[in-house]
Amino acid sequence: MLNIVKKTECPKWKTSIIRFSAVLLALITASLFLVLMGFNPLDIYKGMYDGAFGTEHRIRETIIKTIPLVITSVGIALAFKMKFWNIGAEGQIIMGAFAATYFGLNYDHLPKPLLLTIMIIASMIAGGIWAFIPAYFKSKWHTNETIFTLMMNYIALGWITYLQYGPWKDPTGFGFPKIPSFTANAILPRVFGIHIGWIMALVIVIGVHLFITYTKKGYEISVIGESHNTARYAGIPVDKLMVTMLFVSGSIIGLTGMIQASAVSRTLNVNITGGVGFTAIITAWLSGLKAPSMIIVCLLFSAMLSGASFIQTAFQIPQSAAEVLQGLILFFVLGSEFFINYRIKLSNKLFRKLEV
Amino acid sequence: MISFLTASVIAMTPLLFATLGELLMEKSGNLNLGVEGMMLMGAVIGFYAGFQTENPIMALLAASGAGALGALIYAILTVTLRANQVVSGLALTIFGTGFANFFGRLLVGKSIPRGITNFFSKKTIPLLGDIPYIGPVFFRQDLFVYLGYLLVILIGVYLYHTRKGLNLRMVGENPAAADAIGIPVNLYKYIHILFGGVLCGLGGAYLSLVYVPAWQEGIVAGRGWIAIALVIFSQWNPYKAFLGAYLFGGLHIAGFRLQSFKLPISQYFINLLPYIVTIIVLVIGSIKENKKNNAPEGLTIPYFREDR
Repeated sequence: MLNIVKKTECPKWKTSIIRFSAVLLALITASLFLVLMGFNPLDIYKGMYDGAFGTEHRIRETIIKTIPLVITSVGIALAFKMKFWNIGAEGQIIMGAFAATYFGLNYDHLPKPLLLTIMIIASMIAGGIWAFIPAYFKSKWHTNETIFTLMMNYIALGWITYLQYGPWKDPTGFGFPKIPSFTANAILPRVFGIHIGWIMALVIVIGVHLFITYTKKGYEISVIGESHNTARYAGIPVDKLMVTMLFVSGSIIGLTGMIQASAVSRTLNVNITGGVGFTAIITAWLSGLKAPSMIIVCLLFSAMLSGASFIQTAFQIPQSAAEVLQGLILFFVLGSEFFINYRIKLSNKLFRKLEV
Repeated sequence: MISFLTASVIAMTPLLFATLGELLMEKSGNLNLGVEGMMLMGAVIGFYAGFQTENPIMALLAASGAGALGALIYAILTVTLRANQVVSGLALTIFGTGFANFFGRLLVGKSIPRGITNFFSKKTIPLLGDIPYIGPVFFRQDLFVYLGYLLVILIGVYLYHTRKGLNLRMVGENPAAADAIGIPVNLYKYIHILFGGVLCGLGGAYLSLVYVPAWQEGIVAGRGWIAIALVIFSQWNPYKAFLGAYLFGGLHIAGFRLQSFKLPISQYFINLLPYIVTIIVLVIGSIKENKKNNAPEGLTIPYFREDR
């Protein structure tokens, strides 16, 4: 019958072809679905493209959606590289936004550069701590980090729900549960019409890429990811490095919270993450945990989201269709990894039968 | 007090179904983070079928099918194609959320046909229902609740007192050893993932058909994630899962009730308790490192025969 063999290495061009075909297959599957609903899929896809890149304004909106996704993906990838399943990006973003908001609301009399620097540092420390806690327990007692980080998300969310409906509720909001908006001092400046977060994202991508590829610590992280035992044998302080790197991972993710609170929503609210923490897990994975690829993958993902909200008005297709499409693409790409890692060959038995 | 406890049992039921479903999957070595997605699929399809056919059995079958469909996608990805379990589960949640919102949009404002409401009305179990205190709380409920009790017992017996249950635990703990003695590892994984999906779908359907009862976006409201936490809380034991689900259901109701009492503790903190308790249990469990109560050894590791 069929025999499945592990491939030693798959050439890059082949990997790309397999991934590309997976996305194509997902789009074809989604097309069948659209045809059944009485739409012309080509119109819809063209509509999505227009919605994402059609005008200068739309391109800008797509890039603004890409920024948090890229930064968070890079942060998550640092943890994933060590096979630390950090599912807690949502919470780390929220806590970053929380710390930044605290300073943004209470110290807005400070000069702008100083205030923004404080907000950035605060968000990074808060996000870092939120990732450090589960990492610490993992290093000490092998506590399962997947569930721990997941629970931390809900605790963070509950905490700011409490703030939004309780002590931080805007007294001038006519009873509407919202946190006051930032004053101009607490809002990140723009460069080329897009808030400065895009520069931060590029710096982080390049920084992390150089760190992973060219430094000893970066190499050690990859070794830990291969096998904890190998790493220990090679004299790498696995637990110490993991906890430190998780703090860094959380700090990067926490910075996302600051950027979103300061430049995008200009306040803190329970929807501050917009699900970025979960989507970024997927984009990090799809880009093979490689920082530069994340820019492309995240841009495509954001384009899909922008495009989806456009076709909602243009074709009366609900935005949830984008989630379905996103899910389909994920399923196909995840499934396609198999053909990158394994080779299927017909076993000799079958050949012998054929010869007879 | 009785009314509070009774409400807790009802709040527990969707959690219990999803928890037992996830428990079976994890016993086969598969951590499926897509519970929320499967519950949503079950909730929307169950409601839709109930609305169209006005037949409660059809509604439950459809919900089971929807949950199983979600689980099937996950099983193909993780068992056959050996994709990463964490990412596959998250993808399933994204897909399920989109799927449910997409179809649910047509169902907003629709009400459940009378036939179904009657079917799920409260029925007292003779004798048991007359026990003071316990009777009104546990045995004057709807059929779904009773099905939940039955499942706990059936799964408990299956896991600990049958050959097949033993085989399943072996698949989860050490698939290579299970394979070596001739247990069809992948078949076991598929069956239990699919049945787990059925239970998650039913848990979702209870929300839309009985608990709420209506379709609304975000109807599952994080219960899928609590169910995943509950599996750990209950240390992979169906009987403890019952206690855990009841406790968490009670906390959920308590969060609501406290609003009207103006207590010094905010309901938002009460709502956090399940998550905090889960973390505490998780940490204590890992410190004790009691092998017998811990996660199946093979959890999250895709099985590949040639790797042996």
